[in-house]
Amino acid sequence: MIVAFLSQTIRIAIPYLFAAAGGAIAERSGIISLTLEGFLLTGAFGAALGCYYGGSPWVGILCAMVAGLIFGLVHGIATIRYKADQVVSGVAINILAIGVTRYFLHLAFGSSSNSPRISGFTTVMRGDGFIPSVVNNPLIIIGLVAVPSVAWVIYRTPFGLRVRAAGEHPKAAETVGVGVARVRYIAVGLSGILAGLGGAYLALDQHQFTDNMSAGRGYIALAAMIFGNWDPMRGGLACLLFAAAEAAQINLQGTHGIPSQFVQMIPYVLTIIALAGVVGKSTPPAALGRAE
Amino acid sequence: MIGIPATLRTRAAEALLPPLVALLVALVVGDILILSVGQSPAGVWALLLRGTWGNAYGFGQVLYKATTLTCTGLCVAVGLRAGLFNIGGEGQLAAGGFAAALAGLALPSGTPAALAIPVCVAAALAAGAVTGWVPGVLRARFGAHEVITTIMLNFVVLALLNWAIATNLRVPETLHTHEIHAGTLARLGDRVPAFHGSAANFSLIIVLIAAAATWWYLFRTRGGYDLRAVGLQPDAAEYGGVSVGRVWIRAMTLSGALAGLGGINFVLGYKRYYEDGFATGAGFLGIAVALVGRNTPLGIVLASIFFATLSQGGLAINALVPKTMVDVLQGAVIIAVAASVPEVRRLLRLRKRSAPT
Repeated sequence: MIVAFLSQTIRIAIPYLFAAAGGAIAERSGIISLTLEGFLLTGAFGAALGCYYGGSPWVGILCAMVAGLIFGLVHGIATIRYKADQVVSGVAINILAIGVTRYFLHLAFGSSSNSPRISGFTTVMRGDGFIPSVVNNPLIIIGLVAVPSVAWVIYRTPFGLRVRAAGEHPKAAETVGVGVARVRYIAVGLSGILAGLGGAYLALDQHQFTDNMSAGRGYIALAAMIFGNWDPMRGGLACLLFAAAEAAQINLQGTHGIPSQFVQMIPYVLTIIALAGVVGKSTPPAALGRAE
Repeated sequence: MIGIPATLRTRAAEALLPPLVALLVALVVGDILILSVGQSPAGVWALLLRGTWGNAYGFGQVLYKATTLTCTGLCVAVGLRAGLFNIGGEGQLAAGGFAAALAGLALPSGTPAALAIPVCVAAALAAGAVTGWVPGVLRARFGAHEVITTIMLNFVVLALLNWAIATNLRVPETLHTHEIHAGTLARLGDRVPAFHGSAANFSLIIVLIAAAATWWYLFRTRGGYDLRAVGLQPDAAEYGGVSVGRVWIRAMTLSGALAGLGGINFVLGYKRYYEDGFATGAGFLGIAVALVGRNTPLGIVLASIFFATLSQGGLAINALVPKTMVDVLQGAVIIAVAASVPEVRRLLRLRKRSAPT
C-alpha cells in the first residue's frame, strides 16, 4: 500500500521535477519561468511526433528536447536580445505553444484532439510496482537525477556561479567579465530542454499526445520552485509534496474525503502563503525579470 | 512631417507602431502558415474578412468577443499603470460571471430590469474587485509579488468555482447553472434582425461606458494621477505624499472589478447562465490587448476588436486552413509586439539624440 502510494507519487512528480529543475536554472539567471507550461506542452508534442515517425521513444525524447530548446531560445531572444518584458513574453510563449501544437497536430495527424497511439518504451519487466516502472521507463531515473544535477551545476560549478551572478547583480557580473546575455541564453535553453523532457515523459507515459496535455503542470512546477525558495533541491521536495497530495487525492476518491478541487488548490495556496512570508522568508533572485 | 513638434511625432510613432507590428506579424506568419498547407494567402484573408466584417452575424461575433477582451485588457492596463502586473484576469472574470449568475438566480423572476440589471452588474464588479483586492493586499502588506500570486489565485478561484458548480449548482449532466431569473441583457439580434444568432448583446454598451469611465479616472482625477505616479516612480510618489501601498490595493481592486465586469457579457447577455470554463484564455489575451492598445482605454477597445477578429476569423477559414492558425498568430503577435516596443523606443531615442535641435 505504502509502496504503491510512493511509486504513484513519483510517477506524478516526474514532469514537475523536470520542469522545476529547468525553472530553477532559468530563474536563478534572472529569467522568469512562466514559460514552463509551454515548454512541457511542446516537449510532449515533439516526443509524440518523434516517436510516431521515428519509431523509437529515444527519437521522441530527442525531438522533445529540441522542441523545448527552440521555444526556450525564442523566449531568450525576445527577452535578452530585444528586452521584451519577461512576463509578457512568457505568457506569449504559452499561448504560442498551445497554438503551434494544435496546428501541427492537425497537419501531422489530422486531429484536433490527440495523436495516434505511440509505442513508448518496451516493457522489460512486468508488474505495476515501483521497480518495474523504473526499469521500463528510463525517464523516471533521469527525472529523479535532474534536480540534484541542476543543484550541483548551480552551486558547485563555475557556470553555476555565473548563473547566480547574472541573476543577482548582472552589472557587477558584467564588470568582472561574465557574459550575462550568453549565460542567460544557456540557462533559458537548458530550462527548455529540461521541461521538454518532462513533456516527453507525459506523452510517452500516456502513449499519445492530447491537446493541452500539460494541463497546468508547468505552473505547479513553478509554484514548487518558488515554494522551495528558488533552491533546486527544496523545489524538488516541493514537487514530491505536491505530487503526494495528488496521489492521496486519487486514492481517496469515492470515499468521503476532501473534494478533489481543494486538493488541487494545495500547491497554489501553499505558494501564496510562502510568498507572503508567513512561514520563513522568500527571496527571489535580485535581478529576476530585469533586462540588465 | 515638418511643422509637427518632435515630441508629438515620437508619441504618435509609439502609439501607432504596436498595432502596425501586430498587423504585419499576423500577415507574415499567417502567409507562411497558409502557404504551408498549399492555399492562397489572398483567398484565405479575403475569406477571413468576409466571415468577420463581411456580414452582420460575423461582425456580431467579433463584437461579442471584443467585449470580454476589452474588460480583461482594461484590467491589465489599470494594473500596469500602477506598475503592477495583474495576470489574474481569468479568475477575476470567472468570479464576476459567477457572481452575476448567482445574483440573477437569487432575484425572483419578474424583477424589473431597471433593478435587476444594476444588481447583477454590481455583483460582477464586486466579485472581480474582491478577487483583485487579495493580491493587492498581499503585495502591499506582505510583499508577495503580484505576478505569482495572481497566477496562483487563478487556479484557486477556478477550482473553487468548479467545486461550487459541480457539487451544488449545476443542471445535472452539465457544468452550468440553471438559467438566471432576472437581469438578462437583450441581444443585438433582438433589436437589429441582421445580427440574429450572434452572441453580441447590450453588455457592449455597459463595457464601453466602463472604458470611458476608466479613461476619466486615470487621466482626469486625483486618484488616477496618484495611480499613474506610483506606476512611473513609486519612490517619488511616496515622497510626494502618496501612500504607495494604498494605491496598489486600490489599483488591483479596480483592475479586478473591470475583469469581473466582463463576466456579464457571457452570463447576462449570451448564455444567461454561468458555465464552468467560460473565461478560459480571456485573461491572458487581455495582456495582449493591453500591450497592443498601449494601456489606453481607446487603444484597448481597438486592440480587442483586432484580437476578436482574429479569433472569429479562425472559424471562417477553417475549411481551407486549420482554425488553430489563429492561436499561432496570437502568440506570435504578442512576442513580436513585446520585443519591438523596447527596440522601437531605443531607436526613437537614438534618432532624437542624433537630430540637430
